[in-house]
Amino acid sequence: MPATDLKRADAASPGGGDDISSGLDALESPSAPAARRAAKKAVAPLAAIVFVLVVWQLAYALDVLSTLPSPASVAGELGDLWRDGTLLPALGHSLERCVFGFAASVLVGAPLGLLVYRYALVRTVIAPVLSAFQSLPAAALVPLAVIALGESESAVYAVVLLGAVPSISMGLASALDQIPPLLRRAGVTMGATGLRAVRKVLLPAALPGLVSALRQGWTFGWRALMTAELITATPLPGVGQVLNAGKESASFTLIVAAVIVILAIGVLVEALIFGPIERRVLRDRGLTGPK
Amino acid sequence: MTSTSVTRAAAAPAVRLAGATKRFGDALVLDRIDLDVAEGEFVCLLGASGCGKSTLLNLAAGLDRPTAGTVTAGAARPALMFQEHALFPWLTAGGNVELALELGGLDRKERRAEAERLLALVRLSGAHGKRIHEMSGGMRQRVALARALAQGSQLLLMDEPFAALDAITRDVLHEVLTDVWEKRRLSVIFVTHNVREAVRLGQRVVLLSSRPGRIAREWQVGIPYPRRIEDHDVAELSLEITGHLREEIRRHARH
Repeated sequence: MPATDLKRADAASPGGGDDISSGLDALESPSAPAARRAAKKAVAPLAAIVFVLVVWQLAYALDVLSTLPSPASVAGELGDLWRDGTLLPALGHSLERCVFGFAASVLVGAPLGLLVYRYALVRTVIAPVLSAFQSLPAAALVPLAVIALGESESAVYAVVLLGAVPSISMGLASALDQIPPLLRRAGVTMGATGLRAVRKVLLPAALPGLVSALRQGWTFGWRALMTAELITATPLPGVGQVLNAGKESASFTLIVAAVIVILAIGVLVEALIFGPIERRVLRDRGLTGPK
Repeated sequence: MTSTSVTRAAAAPAVRLAGATKRFGDALVLDRIDLDVAEGEFVCLLGASGCGKSTLLNLAAGLDRPTAGTVTAGAARPALMFQEHALFPWLTAGGNVELALELGGLDRKERRAEAERLLALVRLSGAHGKRIHEMSGGMRQRVALARALAQGSQLLLMDEPFAALDAITRDVLHEVLTDVWEKRRLSVIFVTHNVREAVRLGQRVVLLSSRPGRIAREWQVGIPYPRRIEDHDVAELSLEITGHLREEIRRHARH
């Protein structure tokens, strides 16, 4: 069999050059950097939290704002919300809407971004509309959605989608635009065409930009959701409704507690999901991301 | 040398350009190029800037069509290598090779072993899991060569693939390339502006004139392999060819 002949021939290389090439390889490969930033990583957010708490407590002690509740009273309020069974269901409802809303936004936004990238006609017609929606505040969308769909879950979802989809599709389209032509050409040379080119070359090449687009889509969707929950009326429980209850009862403590919950979710999603994904994606490509 | 080239020409060539002409707008880039590359032949294309070397390679690769004349290639999809490695940075060295194998239709089970084999062929055993950014320029170009080989084409088109490497690394890559060429019986068109490199590598050196690109002269290189770039014969022929290359460039100064 020629195949076995080839195997044997491949295994044996003429002497001399091997040593030089492996010597060069060893000299020119950087040694792997030691992973010792783990402790640092945990310290930074903790320091930020302590900093905020100290400033807050100081402002309370100096009575900078007469209505400002103390950190302790807000913590107590959060404890009450937890015990009386308001916090967890509200969180559950909001997160459920955000997760499903975000998933739907990805399913709509990613293909739309591909179409904008691929077809000049789609770009001409749809891209300006998407850009326009990107600059539209969610607060302006809520009345529209409520009138069109009633005070319902669908109205909330519509607001989340309109908040997230434009960011995802425009972000993906611009990430695809930035793929080096040489990589596309290499893909074509290797026979990656059509959907295979999308799956094997274009999407992986655009992944860093795609992750940024998804993060921005999530942020916009989350903000839009809070706005929607705040503005639409009672049948839709959620964190936004807790905020609204604070406003109705003029309880600064409750409002600050709700804001902290909303903030915490944003921070946690970034720290546990988008941050690690982005670091991984950038590290694999030898690009230095945020440390 | 002449007798072998006659027998070679009798077989179907790996690539045949017959009166191939290429214009971009009004600019005549290639003018009636006649070039046969035989199966298993190593041809180096040499010329100053603007001689249309890369255009010629694109025609041979089927990435572009001639304005007039014909280009016939035996291989359906020739493998291409560029000056930049063009490896996919989201894949490991082995991943890049395996992707080429996958797109060529090889079974998942066989890909890993074949990729290892190809990496060993370019003297990169054990580099399967290495990231592209962790490797030197010379290693990257060898991965690119392994990936090009993974396409399974017998025709390899190379566009100044070693131009950005330092002299010692380039030396090693010359050795790897001629080694692979002999083992795999590939047909190679190697574009370069480096005369010594052309003589070191090629069985035949084709000198192109500039603006428009025409075949100015050809040399059969009778120096037996393995050659080294500092060999006396290589230096001597390089000197002769450099003289002609300079003449070609000088012609432009007069006009």
